[in-house]
Amino acid sequence: MSVLRPLITCAGLIGLWWLVQAGLQLPPYILPSPASVAVAVWENRALLAGATLTTLTETLLGLLIGTVLGAAAALVMAFSAALRRWLLPVLLLSQAVPVFALAPLLVLWLGFGIASKVAVAVLVIFFPVMSATFDGLRQVPADWLDLAHTMNATRWRILLRIRLPAALPSAASGLRVAAALAPIGAVIGEWVGASSGLGYVMLNANARVRTDLMFAALLVLSVMTVGVWWAVDTTLRRWVVWAPK
Amino acid sequence: MPPCPGLRINGLGLTYAAQTVFRDLNLHLPGGSFTALLGPSGVGKTSLLRVLAGLDPPEAGSVAADDGRPLHHRVAYMGQQDLLLPWLCVLGNVTLGARLRGDAPDIARASALLAQVGLADRAADLPQTLSGGMRQRAALARTLYEDRPVVLMDEPFSALDTLTRAQMQALAACLLRGRTVLLVTHDPAEACRLAHVLLVLAGSPATLAPPIPVPGLPPRAVDDPAVLATEGRLLRTLLAGVPVAGGNAA
Repeated sequence: MSVLRPLITCAGLIGLWWLVQAGLQLPPYILPSPASVAVAVWENRALLAGATLTTLTETLLGLLIGTVLGAAAALVMAFSAALRRWLLPVLLLSQAVPVFALAPLLVLWLGFGIASKVAVAVLVIFFPVMSATFDGLRQVPADWLDLAHTMNATRWRILLRIRLPAALPSAASGLRVAAALAPIGAVIGEWVGASSGLGYVMLNANARVRTDLMFAALLVLSVMTVGVWWAVDTTLRRWVVWAPK
Repeated sequence: MPPCPGLRINGLGLTYAAQTVFRDLNLHLPGGSFTALLGPSGVGKTSLLRVLAGLDPPEAGSVAADDGRPLHHRVAYMGQQDLLLPWLCVLGNVTLGARLRGDAPDIARASALLAQVGLADRAADLPQTLSGGMRQRAALARTLYEDRPVVLMDEPFSALDTLTRAQMQALAACLLRGRTVLLVTHDPAEACRLAHVLLVLAGSPATLAPPIPVPGLPPRAVDDPAVLATEGRLLRTLLAGVPVAGGNAA
């Protein structure tokens, strides 16, 4: 059933899409039919494959760098209350600036290549990862810490051997959110200025009123996002076996 | 193991949430003896244990070993929950102290301890695969691995079923023999089976009644007449909420 369920959901959504398109007699440039999108995917498979590779690379690099930076910031804040007081307002302020406003600047600074897209993805996922990891580090059961104190543990070893592993289930939740958000960051970066990627394909297709190709790119992006999320979720389940089911 | 020091508690004072828990509390726990501490909930038993474990500083008074050496690094603590870390296997949990101090874990000694508590074949398993009784046995092995002369226990067997609890009591009494042990418990039968001396903490601020010695050597049989007589007297006293007057049990 677990294999069938997503298939049934997909079939249902495609059915609904087809019903709306056929029932309302919408022109293909407003809403193309599922069949014409499928044809667009097949006909543009080489273009879409190349674009997917670009967006996937940006997404994965963004995930990696954003996770490392987010977890590091959480660790710094958990280890030093003084640094936390300085760092937290700056991080909150950085979240108040819409990433859409920052993306053109990043393209200006980092160029049209992959770096600016990775930077946008990092910006999008940094906060969920940091916030979830920091929450995890703060919510370590006091009894574990007391036990460690009676064992004459140093603060550093308590952080490394108790607080960090204890925070992993919470950090994993943040990482799952990040896995779903990272492709959005990459695509926003591509919309602002790029020469490849799924966002770039969408933008071009939109300008040429190739709605079927736009939907095709969107479909591939959705499949890629689900794939990235699934891979991250499966890996985390295997590693963080002590997380509550 | 060298002789275990006794604990001398002088003029201890502690306030919790604007309430005086105890004031000018004096107590001597003889070296190498098993002492049980009983009293109504909220009277301050756990607070006392935390001060002795060095987890909370006393507001007044002092806690010292009666051999004149510092108490720091010589106290092990076992709580009501087993506190096994779910990401470490049983062996990893037993040797946790060494890892936290940056020492190389002594796998041979840890394995020997696991064999003593009957968990030799579960060393590589994660704690969540063990039963409640097995988990407490692993926690006992972890406490013993610390090899501290003073062991503080806060209701360590209260969450176990009757049979498992009786087995754990016998095991703990056997493996902790010769150490200076203070056991906080709500169970008069457990106290009478395991302890050389019983202490009752009651009142607000809490005061200690004169210690009650229990005849015979622990672990005593559950139906030992001396155990039953002491248990009856202890239970009546606890129910009445009146500290026990001094004198011998039974």
